[in-house]
Amino acid sequence: MSSIRSPGQIALALAIALFLGVFLIVPVATVVYVAFTEKGGGGLTLVNFLDFGRTDLFVRSFWNSVYVSAMTVVWASVLALPLAYLTTRFEFRGAMLVQTLGFLPLIMPPFVGAVAMQLLFGRNGSVNLLLDEWFDFKIGFMEGLNGVIFLQAIHYFPFILVNLSAALRNIDRSMEEAAQNLGSHGLRLFRRIALPLALPGYIAGASLVFVKVFDDVATPLLLNVKEMLAPQAYLRITSIGIDDPMGYVISVVLMLVAVATMWATALVMKGKDYATTQRGGGGLARRQLRPREQALAYAVVIFILALVLAPHVGLVLLSFATVWSYSPLPDGYTLAHYTRVLGDSSVYIKNTLLYAGLAATIDVVIGGAIAYLVLRTRLAGRQWLDWAASTALAVPGVVLGIGYLRAFYGVNLPDGAPLATLWIVIVLAIAIRRLPYALRAAYAALQQISVSLEEAAENLGATKARTVRRVVIPLMTGGLLAGFVTSFATAAVELSAVLILVQSNSDAPLAYGLYVLMQTPAGRGAGAALGVIAVLIVAVCMWLSQLAVDRSQRARGLDI
Amino acid sequence: MFRRSALALGSALYVVLASGAGFAQTGKVTVVTSFSKDVTDPIKKAFEKAVPGATLEVQNRNTNAGVKFIEETKGNNQVDLFWASAPDAFEVLKGKKLLSPYKPKATGIAEKVGSYPVNDKDGFYSGFAASGYGIMWNERYVKANKLPTPKEWQDLAQAPYFDHVSISAPSRSGTTHLTIETILQGEGWDKGWRTTKDIAGNLRTVTDRSFGVPEAVNSGQVGYGIVIDFFAFSSQGAGFPVKFVYPSVTTLVPANVGVVANAPNKAGAEAFIEFLLSPVGQEVLLEPTIRRLPVRPETYAKAPADYPNPFKDKNLQGLLTFNAELSEGRTAAVDTLFDQLITFQLEPLKAVTKVLHEVDAALKKKDNAQARALAKEARDLIAAMPITAAQAASPEIKAAFTGGKEKSSRQAELEQQWAAFAKEKYTAAKAKADEALKLAR
Repeated sequence: MSSIRSPGQIALALAIALFLGVFLIVPVATVVYVAFTEKGGGGLTLVNFLDFGRTDLFVRSFWNSVYVSAMTVVWASVLALPLAYLTTRFEFRGAMLVQTLGFLPLIMPPFVGAVAMQLLFGRNGSVNLLLDEWFDFKIGFMEGLNGVIFLQAIHYFPFILVNLSAALRNIDRSMEEAAQNLGSHGLRLFRRIALPLALPGYIAGASLVFVKVFDDVATPLLLNVKEMLAPQAYLRITSIGIDDPMGYVISVVLMLVAVATMWATALVMKGKDYATTQRGGGGLARRQLRPREQALAYAVVIFILALVLAPHVGLVLLSFATVWSYSPLPDGYTLAHYTRVLGDSSVYIKNTLLYAGLAATIDVVIGGAIAYLVLRTRLAGRQWLDWAASTALAVPGVVLGIGYLRAFYGVNLPDGAPLATLWIVIVLAIAIRRLPYALRAAYAALQQISVSLEEAAENLGATKARTVRRVVIPLMTGGLLAGFVTSFATAAVELSAVLILVQSNSDAPLAYGLYVLMQTPAGRGAGAALGVIAVLIVAVCMWLSQLAVDRSQRARGLDI
Repeated sequence: MFRRSALALGSALYVVLASGAGFAQTGKVTVVTSFSKDVTDPIKKAFEKAVPGATLEVQNRNTNAGVKFIEETKGNNQVDLFWASAPDAFEVLKGKKLLSPYKPKATGIAEKVGSYPVNDKDGFYSGFAASGYGIMWNERYVKANKLPTPKEWQDLAQAPYFDHVSISAPSRSGTTHLTIETILQGEGWDKGWRTTKDIAGNLRTVTDRSFGVPEAVNSGQVGYGIVIDFFAFSSQGAGFPVKFVYPSVTTLVPANVGVVANAPNKAGAEAFIEFLLSPVGQEVLLEPTIRRLPVRPETYAKAPADYPNPFKDKNLQGLLTFNAELSEGRTAAVDTLFDQLITFQLEPLKAVTKVLHEVDAALKKKDNAQARALAKEARDLIAAMPITAAQAASPEIKAAFTGGKEKSSRQAELEQQWAAFAKEKYTAAKAKADEALKLAR
């Protein structure tokens, strides 16, 4: 197989290493080296890590984070499996709509999303106020660690949904047909054939969910749960005066956990071959549902969608609400919030589309290249590219933002303005933060493609570059697109690093405009309106790309 | 409308006359601020009108991010002004030599508002508006849960308020820090912490953003919030069913503005400060979305009838002279104590507080001397502090936070010690309280 180290591959690997070095490793290193020094003294030390182990609060936070992340993977799987299975495996009207809607929870605009959720599920949210009135009890949806699990599962299950669906679509139907010919059917067919073959996609999604939840700051803080690791790091790094090494120590621990997770998933997948050769059929055969099954399937899908989209319903209500306080529904409705933001928001929308689009493109290119290098070449140290890129998942946004200021603010452009004031720096920061999403998707897509296809192409005289262009990339399209969409959608609502790097209102994306509005009581409705606009933009982009996936499948001869 | 533009014109003249020739080349003035759009937009508009040729470029960051930003970019500074509430953020910047001194030329500005000096004594930053702390509450929430309306801080420690109160952590909010410090200075270290912990036992949440408190009260997720006044006023302005009261012991704290060291447009920065302090600049503060207290006493003549006036209202005169030096010397210790004894020990603290409320209720029905004694012991255990006031300001403790040579232990070690101390005391207090409850019933 392709064991030759071609100069092209080496150049590619070096270019990626340089990119990661300049835009991820160096900026982050300028910040986290503090973790290895004692405050006041310059020397290197590991004493801070000992302190980490000796502090009850940190140890407790660590285990809380592990518990929450693991349980979130379980619940996110429960939500994602039926949606992915039903929409890819069966003749299901509205499958595309379900896929698009099922993705929306990932796009929860910062701050305003939290307010909407509190208004619906909080202690005195709509659901609990009604429960209290009718049945005299309340449910602590948003209490403590279980509240975090509830919200995180809703928020992040699309990672599993998208990757699993892409994987299911990629399974060769002849595998299923063979099993059917041998007498397998129904659930057994799914369990023994479809699910194992889709495992790379599931693992890609599940590992992302685990790491993302482990490193998420926003949701725990919205629920006022501070005894988890990522919030501990965030609170320490961003408090004035409490400027001690421990925040950075925790950041290092977070990054180590992220790398360990990726390493562990690689270990799980090791020695297993998920590639299938035949691509002619493309995707699982879709079965017709019997009427009773169909009713059940729709009931399940609608229930799940209602649950996971509830925050967005709340968001829409909030954006039209006059006053909404301690009541199941707003007091009245108005269009005023939309008129207020419409004037400001065009520049935000333009910037958001530009930044998120560019960032996601960078991510897909680099993510695809890393996946190719890791899975298809024998370059020494290629795994390190994967691991380095994966740490980006765990780098807190503020750390990356501060790192960028440190690394690039001293560098002047010809006209005297600092490099860090250019909007492209925001794009790079977002791209680095979202790179792992595209990388995991590309990785899973490539794992499902048999090397023999490329070998065949090369045997027929195609060069390596041509093989990649004509065989590998077309076959990876679904996975790459899943990666693009995930990166794009989440980049559109990225805030933490953006907040540090934005230099002027004219360069600001939507998330920043939202943040500015959400710091005032009068801005709540307007912030919600801006949030709805953000979600709509992403949803339209999502829907278009779903359309593209479907088209490409059709073009590959799959009868839908 | 006409009156406003006439005023603006007048003020433009005033500003130009007041500060002379420095104004010709105002140009772009860049300001990093924690103030929201509701505040900055009207001021930007008025400033650009008053000083022709000037444009105000607003970079909105929260206070911490703003301080970090200025610190990180000092080598190549592009920012003219830092503009925010919390005086301690300015102290941090001043300590790191990131501000340059400027003495405003405007006259007629009060020396003190309440008991707090308006301007930095070294001239590195100037107060332009004041705000006071108090209690806000959601009327619908209070009515639905049949709760009382509070007047004083101590009210919040009473049984009916259990699990209904919210505050932001002093380590995260400069103004909350000042409130806690006011209580500590007003009542003394030990008694002050006792009061603070009594209230803390009733807390529903300790938020990590100042705005998290009014947000939760506005949407009815908690009943009461300890907030800075303008959060409540602007919430009322936005139509939320909330009320606000200044307790009799409150601090008025100035919101500040300061010129950043090596500002690219120093003249423009100074023009902005002069504008903020000018009569028209002060008057903008009265707008419903801003609602800050002007530092120019004469401006109150133009304020709506119910507007608080710190220069006239009895309850805003301030009972205590705030000792800024004392406060500054122990800032890190006080914030960390609050976090380790309260924020991260909230569950055990609430558990014992709940039982103590039940004991009190039972004792009211049928007195029991032994139970009363046990309850008092429990309260003393809760109130116990790991360090004294003197220790909090000692060089050893200070150095633990700054990394100085005198430190006897690292910050992480101190934190662990204090947390373990609190946990042990609260557990012991819970045992006493449980016993008291058994006896009292």
